[in-house]
Amino acid sequence: MKYQGNYGFLDELSKKEIRRSILKAVAIPGYQVPFASREMPIARGWGTGGLQLTLSLVGPQDCVKVIDQGSDESVNAVSIRQLIQDTTQVETTWHTREATLIQSRHRIPEVPLKEGQILVLQVPIPEPLRSVEPSEEETRKLHAYGEYSLAWLKIFEQIIKFDQGSLSADHPVLVNHRYLMAPSPIPRFDNPKMNYNEGLILLGAGREKKIYAVPPYTEVKSIDFDDYPFTFETFAGKACRLSGLTDVFLDEIIDPKTQTASYQTNDQSYLLEILDEREKEKHG
Amino acid sequence: MAEKPILALKHFSKQYGSGCDHCRDNRQELTKNICPFCQTVYAVDDVSLDLYKGEILGIVGESGSGKSTVLGSLYFNVEASEGEYQLNVPQSQPLNLFEASQQKKTRIRNTMLGMVYQNPMLGLRMKYSALSNIAEKMIAANHRNVEAMVERSRQLLDVVDIATIRMKEAPVNFSGGMQQRVQIAKALSNNPPVLLLDEITTGLDLSVQADVLDLIKTIQRELSISMIVVSHDLAVIRMIADRTIVMVNGRIIESGLTDQILEDPQHPYTQKLVYSLL
Repeated sequence: MKYQGNYGFLDELSKKEIRRSILKAVAIPGYQVPFASREMPIARGWGTGGLQLTLSLVGPQDCVKVIDQGSDESVNAVSIRQLIQDTTQVETTWHTREATLIQSRHRIPEVPLKEGQILVLQVPIPEPLRSVEPSEEETRKLHAYGEYSLAWLKIFEQIIKFDQGSLSADHPVLVNHRYLMAPSPIPRFDNPKMNYNEGLILLGAGREKKIYAVPPYTEVKSIDFDDYPFTFETFAGKACRLSGLTDVFLDEIIDPKTQTASYQTNDQSYLLEILDEREKEKHG
Repeated sequence: MAEKPILALKHFSKQYGSGCDHCRDNRQELTKNICPFCQTVYAVDDVSLDLYKGEILGIVGESGSGKSTVLGSLYFNVEASEGEYQLNVPQSQPLNLFEASQQKKTRIRNTMLGMVYQNPMLGLRMKYSALSNIAEKMIAANHRNVEAMVERSRQLLDVVDIATIRMKEAPVNFSGGMQQRVQIAKALSNNPPVLLLDEITTGLDLSVQADVLDLIKTIQRELSISMIVVSHDLAVIRMIADRTIVMVNGRIIESGLTDQILEDPQHPYTQKLVYSLL
């Protein structure tokens, strides 16, 4: 059945309100802008924040890519891509370079973003201080005063307990020397990709009703201590079992029969591009 | 020339509510400091005090007399309605700290003041390790070297007799006395010139009370820190305070050397308090 609703599902006034919030978020890098998060035809916590951003920004000329933890073909990615396509009839792609608008859950693509591209990240908990300060009123005050010692305290406790100065995912970052920001639960391997990124990164939390942004060419620094500098995952001595790539984020795959681990590039579209290129080279 | 106090509080008042013509004109006559017409509460009324280097100043009074409100305002937990607050330490400019920016208040609280609460839940993060609790104040004062902070935290926990093997444990697993000692170590972490202690022995058994008070005396003697101790227990004040202020209904009714207050009380309330102790 042909879709007969508004272009991009949301009505024009809703899109206008969300775009205004986006503009404010871009103007104040890392600051969480409250917005009137709408009911969407997917459950809260399944990417409603990201989807609202995407549907407010998408236009007929856009080319959209949707990723879910590195995969373009997971149920979540397919459902969201289908919804965007049904309600806008825009072109979709698996290739990061071709996309003008990329909606992603918990990964930043391996292919660096270029000027003009927008990356929308889905965020479950936008408040980086939430685990140490449960009160929204208090965290807003802490942001206003730039008082972020609690975030460092959380990492200090991590060092005391595990001798490890980095969180496995969602490691907080300081944006433009001012606001502390939760980069969404991306692996810390992806944190450095945000620093002086050429594309626009938007983060949307539908359930928590917050939008925030990292504009292009903005300094993004992962918080750390002098003697415990921020480090990200290294896969020393390991390589992708299909492509042989070593400088990418790898998934560990355990063979249920032999119980041995092998590794594979997490960014599925990037892996397929590399394999396709090699196939072409092989066959001239 | 007379010595300058390290901490000076002048004409401090705290009221909850905006007040009305009746209570403004008849403030001294209000029963329990509550206006019967507008329900405004005058928690503290025109309190002034000085604290000198190395001395322990005691504040005694019954529940609701305003002594904890005074202490809370000195730690910026309570916003003053009126008054002037000065800290005469090298890093502090001679301004009224009640009018300072929130950032400045936070900086002063993290570097120049230490606070020990009656309820350890207010002063400690119960699920973080004792080491992290001590380091919290240092992190807040912009220290970013883990090894140095761990070393300092261990030293302080050692001073307050927390066993090395338990330093990585969370205070939620500690006894009340241990929690109070961790709070004291935390308050000392940035070498503050002033320590504020709010009913620190309430709820502790007598032997633990004695341990905590001995610790306070030792710290004061060895580090020469100035302290304000709030308590409703005259025995505590007798043991550690050099000078004492007695408060009733938000006002100071008597002040002087602790021995003088206890041996020759002038005000009927103080007399009643002292005789009830004996």
